[in-house]
Amino acid sequence: MYGKKVKLRFIFLVLILASVILTVFLILQSLKENVVYFQSPSEIKSLEELNKKKIRVGGMVKERSVFINSNEINFIITDFKNEINVIYSGAVPNLFAEGKGVVAEGFLKDKNYFSATKILAKHDENYKPPEVKEAIGDK
Amino acid sequence: MLINQIGYYSLILGLILSLTLCVVSIKDFNISNQQINQNIFSLSFIQLVLIIISFLSLILSFINSDFSNETVFNNSHTTKPLFYKISGTWGNHEGSLLLWLLVLILFIFIFLIKSKDQPKKYRILTLIFQQVIIIGFFLFVLMTSNPFNYLFPIPKEGLGLNPILQDPALAIHPPILYLGYVGASIIFSASLAAVTQKYVSKEWSQHIKKWVLVSWIFLTLGIMLGSIWAYYELGWGGFWFWDPVENVSLMPWLTLTALLHCIIVLERRSALKSWIIILSIATFTLSMCGTFLVRSGILNSVHTFANDPSRGVFILIFLFVLIILSLAIFFLFHKESDKNFKNFFWLSRETSILINNWFMMYFLSVVLIGTIYPIFLDVVSNEKISVGPPFYHKLMAPFLVIFLLFMSVGPKFKWIKSKIENKNSLIITFFVSVMLTFFIVKNLNTDLLFYTVLISAAFFLFFMTLKELFIKKINDISQTIAHFGFSLLILSILFNSILSSEVITNIKIGEKYSYNKKEIFLKKAIEKKESNFNSIIAHFLIRDENGKIVELKPEIRIYNQPEIVTSEAAIKTTLLKDQFLVMNIVKGNDYFNIRYQVKPFMIWIWISVLLLSFGGIISLLKKKI
Repeated sequence: MYGKKVKLRFIFLVLILASVILTVFLILQSLKENVVYFQSPSEIKSLEELNKKKIRVGGMVKERSVFINSNEINFIITDFKNEINVIYSGAVPNLFAEGKGVVAEGFLKDKNYFSATKILAKHDENYKPPEVKEAIGDK
Repeated sequence: MLINQIGYYSLILGLILSLTLCVVSIKDFNISNQQINQNIFSLSFIQLVLIIISFLSLILSFINSDFSNETVFNNSHTTKPLFYKISGTWGNHEGSLLLWLLVLILFIFIFLIKSKDQPKKYRILTLIFQQVIIIGFFLFVLMTSNPFNYLFPIPKEGLGLNPILQDPALAIHPPILYLGYVGASIIFSASLAAVTQKYVSKEWSQHIKKWVLVSWIFLTLGIMLGSIWAYYELGWGGFWFWDPVENVSLMPWLTLTALLHCIIVLERRSALKSWIIILSIATFTLSMCGTFLVRSGILNSVHTFANDPSRGVFILIFLFVLIILSLAIFFLFHKESDKNFKNFFWLSRETSILINNWFMMYFLSVVLIGTIYPIFLDVVSNEKISVGPPFYHKLMAPFLVIFLLFMSVGPKFKWIKSKIENKNSLIITFFVSVMLTFFIVKNLNTDLLFYTVLISAAFFLFFMTLKELFIKKINDISQTIAHFGFSLLILSILFNSILSSEVITNIKIGEKYSYNKKEIFLKKAIEKKESNFNSIIAHFLIRDENGKIVELKPEIRIYNQPEIVTSEAAIKTTLLKDQFLVMNIVKGNDYFNIRYQVKPFMIWIWISVLLLSFGGIISLLKKKI
């Protein structure tokens, strides 16, 4: 009934449509599982329940809060309203220092303890990540 | 100061020439002779000379540390070594845009000279489209990011260049990458011109293929240089992090690779015309998007030189104008001829290239969504998220398997209609790959099934291309080398990621740290003074399980201008593995925070990317068949 060309076009169209749907589905599904949310210490304090998922916490490293031993680094992240203790064993970036901005990635133990798996590298002395700026209400 | 003026006025003259060129070209367009008006060549040449003068004068200002120039003041310092004074010229926002402009004009000039055998109207239209882009960039530079701003009173000392940019790989990374990005602009202009002139044809494909190859080669090398730099300078201990900035350079690469394959279909079969135009538009648009995203400060990275919203808005508007304009031209002028797929069979070279394109588009959508979605969500709901490597790995790895399989078999197909030849040899190669992989992976402590499947596919491609290389009559040496390079790349990446090991610990001078029969010993740390930084060099002795001792000397540099601390990783490279040690100090502590990694086959990643682009270079140099 239909010519070969029409049939071919139709098959192509179906193939493309199917693959687009598959792609979108896969990506959205994967996004849901692999997204890491950013939260400030204040937001964590106001959490209703603890989430098991990986999150990022950002703020400033509190002055005189860094303690290092051979396998751990402990410090406090503050947004000048609330603060949270961080336990970390891993590599720190160059600009990690007291009184500087920091973003840590990891899991919440409870509302006061955060076990970090990664501290993110930043490149500039005066640079604060936008998230941190917002978290500490700095313009 | 005089130099400054010269640079600025050459820029303005360059803009005026662009406008003149447009007018002259439009006039010449309607004269029906075969030759392009000689004036157009002269004007283009003068424009090129002007932009070179402008660029040289900026370099001179940097060399002379002329701090009456705001760009120099912001990005240079008298104590900086000469090499980095020069590379600092394009290590900042204003200078890099000037470089971009220089390459734009250089390329259109080369295009004019090199396209003598092409139809006149097509050449003139390409010139006009390219000049529209050039005008856009001229306006952008002059209005929002003038590199020749004057400062008074003249400061005595500059602010210095971000130390992590003071690096040989990073000195050549931007020019190389730009050659790739800007090459895409020629493809963009040329394909729009070809659409309007109904010239999307076999002849056109042979001519534009060279430009596609040139930009592809430079883009590949540019990405590699950036990756090498990130590996040893940022101390993240890897070569690819799915950082948004890396992603935006990967996206045009994916479309360009797809285009590279499609052009061959156009050349041989006069098919896929609309798709090729769309890919050309997409490649350049993605290059521009990359510039927009990294320059506007939406993504935070080393590339964000200054957060000036007006710049972002300008690029965004410019980008929209270009997209709408090009799509309008595409829909108004383009009519797909109905002869397409007259002889179409499922088992053919063109189908396999279509499959390649499907995968490229899939990888592109994954990267695109992973990069854009966090920005989108931030704008819409103010929620801050980030998308990490697991997202990309999970979505790409399964498809990579099928991709590799098709890549091994696809090039064996003939055009139009083909059948599978040498079935036995195919099956044997496949079987050998699977067995080999199985025995390798079994001995490694890792996810057996997943990696067996993935590595078998990579080995399959590896052996198929290797076999091809040793056959006397090679069909297409450039393609075989490039595909061989790709299989090697995937293999090195996979083995690298499976076999890498890492320890992170905090250690004091004189202390030892032992793990798995290995030992790290921090012997001493020495302080040293250089002209623009002080450094602490630590001497580590590392003993592996066989008792072999290697000395590594990582460094912490405290730059004076601007005051920034950077880590210089110590890397010992051999053909089999890289030993990578990077350290850090936290103010007011005796502990050195160290990260020691053993990364097997690291150097093969770079070698295989070089092979990949080498395939492109051969194809470029090859005489036409």
